Amino acid sequence: MRKPKQPNQSKMPMLLVALLLMFVISSCVEEKKTELADTSEIPVSLEMTAELTAPPNVPTPVGRRKAKKLIVEMEIIEKESEMTDGVRYVYWTFGGTVPGSFIRTRVGDEVEFHLQNHPDNKLPHNIDLHAVTGPGGGAESSFVAPGHEKVFSFKTLNPGLYVYHCATAPVGMHIANGMYGLILVEPEGGLPPVDKEYYIMQGDFYTKGKNGERGLQPFDMQKAVDEHADYVVFNGAVNALTGDNAITANVGETVRLFVGNGGPNLVSSFHVIGEIFDKVYVEGGDLVNENVQTTIIPAGGAAIVEFRVDVPGTFILVDHSIFRAFNKGALGMLNVQGEENEKIYSGEQYEGIYLPEGPGIQEMPTTNEIVESEIPAQNFEEQMEFGKQVYMQTCFACHQGEGQGVPNAFPPLAKSDYLNADVDRAISAVVNGLTGEITVNGEKYNSVMTRQMLSSEEVANVLTYVYNSWGNSGQVVTKQMVDKVKNK
Amino acid sequence: MFTHTFRVILVILTFQTVGFSQPEGMVNIKGSRYIPLYGRDSTVVEVKDFLMDAYPVTNQEFLDFLKKNPKWQKANILKLFADDNYLRQYTNDTVFNASPNSPATYVSWFAAKAYCECQGKRLPTIDEWEYVAMADEVTADARIKPSYNQKILSWYETPRTDKKEIGKTPKNYWGVYDMHGLVWEWALDFNSVLISGESRKDVDKDSNLFCGSAAIGATDLMNYAAFMRYAFRGSIKARFSIKNLGFRCAKDVETIP
Repeated sequence: MRKPKQPNQSKMPMLLVALLLMFVISSCVEEKKTELADTSEIPVSLEMTAELTAPPNVPTPVGRRKAKKLIVEMEIIEKESEMTDGVRYVYWTFGGTVPGSFIRTRVGDEVEFHLQNHPDNKLPHNIDLHAVTGPGGGAESSFVAPGHEKVFSFKTLNPGLYVYHCATAPVGMHIANGMYGLILVEPEGGLPPVDKEYYIMQGDFYTKGKNGERGLQPFDMQKAVDEHADYVVFNGAVNALTGDNAITANVGETVRLFVGNGGPNLVSSFHVIGEIFDKVYVEGGDLVNENVQTTIIPAGGAAIVEFRVDVPGTFILVDHSIFRAFNKGALGMLNVQGEENEKIYSGEQYEGIYLPEGPGIQEMPTTNEIVESEIPAQNFEEQMEFGKQVYMQTCFACHQGEGQGVPNAFPPLAKSDYLNADVDRAISAVVNGLTGEITVNGEKYNSVMTRQMLSSEEVANVLTYVYNSWGNSGQVVTKQMVDKVKNK
Repeated sequence: MFTHTFRVILVILTFQTVGFSQPEGMVNIKGSRYIPLYGRDSTVVEVKDFLMDAYPVTNQEFLDFLKKNPKWQKANILKLFADDNYLRQYTNDTVFNASPNSPATYVSWFAAKAYCECQGKRLPTIDEWEYVAMADEVTADARIKPSYNQKILSWYETPRTDKKEIGKTPKNYWGVYDMHGLVWEWALDFNSVLISGESRKDVDKDSNLFCGSAAIGATDLMNYAAFMRYAFRGSIKARFSIKNLGFRCAKDVETIP
């Protein structure tokens, strides 16, 4: 909103106007001065140990507390963990998580930083906090060998949301393995209170095997140099913010997300599907932008976004460089519970079939030939395991987690008479697609299932998984059976 | 009398062996010139012929040394020579809780150096160590092979390799085992390559120091694993005793008089 016009001053004596103006100007300057008073002069009283939290949680707001001596104890741990189903990775972490523990300070705090390198670790590390004013952001004084601890102190001079990361050679590799996190410096009096606060950080990962290739995947330096990411994820793993790990809020609440981007390479176009950011603290600084759809978060940068959730549902957090979201993992979920508000959002009102070019089977375009899985399933248990992975990647969106389907749209696979009646028909539906009216468990469905670009091996695994789940017939599907249908 | 004669013969025999081939457990390394990773001017270094232990020193071997040299035992060692982690795997001065054939770790540089000197040996220099370490099973300098780098890196990413036993990794070109795959190793001049700990700043150093910027250059991509070794060496001090840090000894080649 623009400022209202000044009252008409033409009738006032010039001198008075001038005086008035001078007063206004000087008082403005005065006000600015107090606000910008040298933050290095803020006195500290007492000492406290900083609360550190694992993502997606953040510590308690600073509120009105005075500046203090704040002791931060950060432990570096190199450990193996899951990147996505069946894929493992050796992460290097601050505090045991990717991103590292969230540090919450206020302006004027004197932070005494203890950086501890776990004795089991192989490598030396250090930390560069972007909130530090000083050489290397602390990196210079925190270079620490395994089994040792380094201590350094700094005063937080500028409020804002800052990235911290490891800066040991090769720097890119330390960051690519997950060594980054966020430190928040709140202004005097704290940020305005909100209902929910969460901590989210994007990172890109480079593995020897391509996306989805099973097993323990080593870091690939060449791909990192070429900036060809295999995974782009929030909070260190593909499913870190989905399903049971989704963040939550209730209708009417205001949500604040502290969003960082560790990189090492990619810039994030952060977007929440179905929401508009009421406020964005651009790049984590003082500048507030309003009514933003997508905000850019540079590698090694951050932003604070705030929005009120008005309707219930699942809101998807994405990097809107959209292949990263749906093919590389940059996807999270915010589950909002509460009363519907049809004035704001009606939900579906009508659905029918629209086929302008005549009926036909759609096909997902692909540029690659279907490659057979490099590790075929050896037994029934593996078939079930691999089949479940395919299901979660390919079928889950429509047929849902328990095979229950979506009423009137996608038929159920659980206890499905249609499925159990004819295995060749089921195989054909997966490899050739299926369209038109069918009746499943007494309900009519008229929809389109696209042809799935899966290898025979994968089709056999996923159908075996489906047939042996949710009260189905227990049929085992082999690669040979799939090939037979394919060659018909 | 008999024992005395026996000893004399033994001594003569030993000298003979030294003169003509290599002492037990050591391997002849033929010296050469090569360009190590650090140094921005592609400085060639020369490594003379020398002998190197085929295996890292094991817990058992180090215990034998401690028994003969009590001043290096956990209770007796001067604080100047080792930090509080020294011989952490030992439950008392002469009993350790680890595999006897695993590499001896939690050993400070001073203790490692003393061990080698007691054997009439010394610690290898960085140049010597790196020279031997750049070999794979078939080539003396395998640094340009992706498989070589990948193997080393996968070790860096494997936890608890210090618990492994010596001699299980393939023998390299020189006949040396376990240069990669078990533990880091002390070098005589480990702290001669100065790095400030702020790798990005080192880029601007004028002198021939460790150069962080080179990590990005294509020539060094071939051996970026080595950067981690240099970084590691830069982070330690001579009295540090670390779980993943062991050592082996080297020796100058004695010429036949």
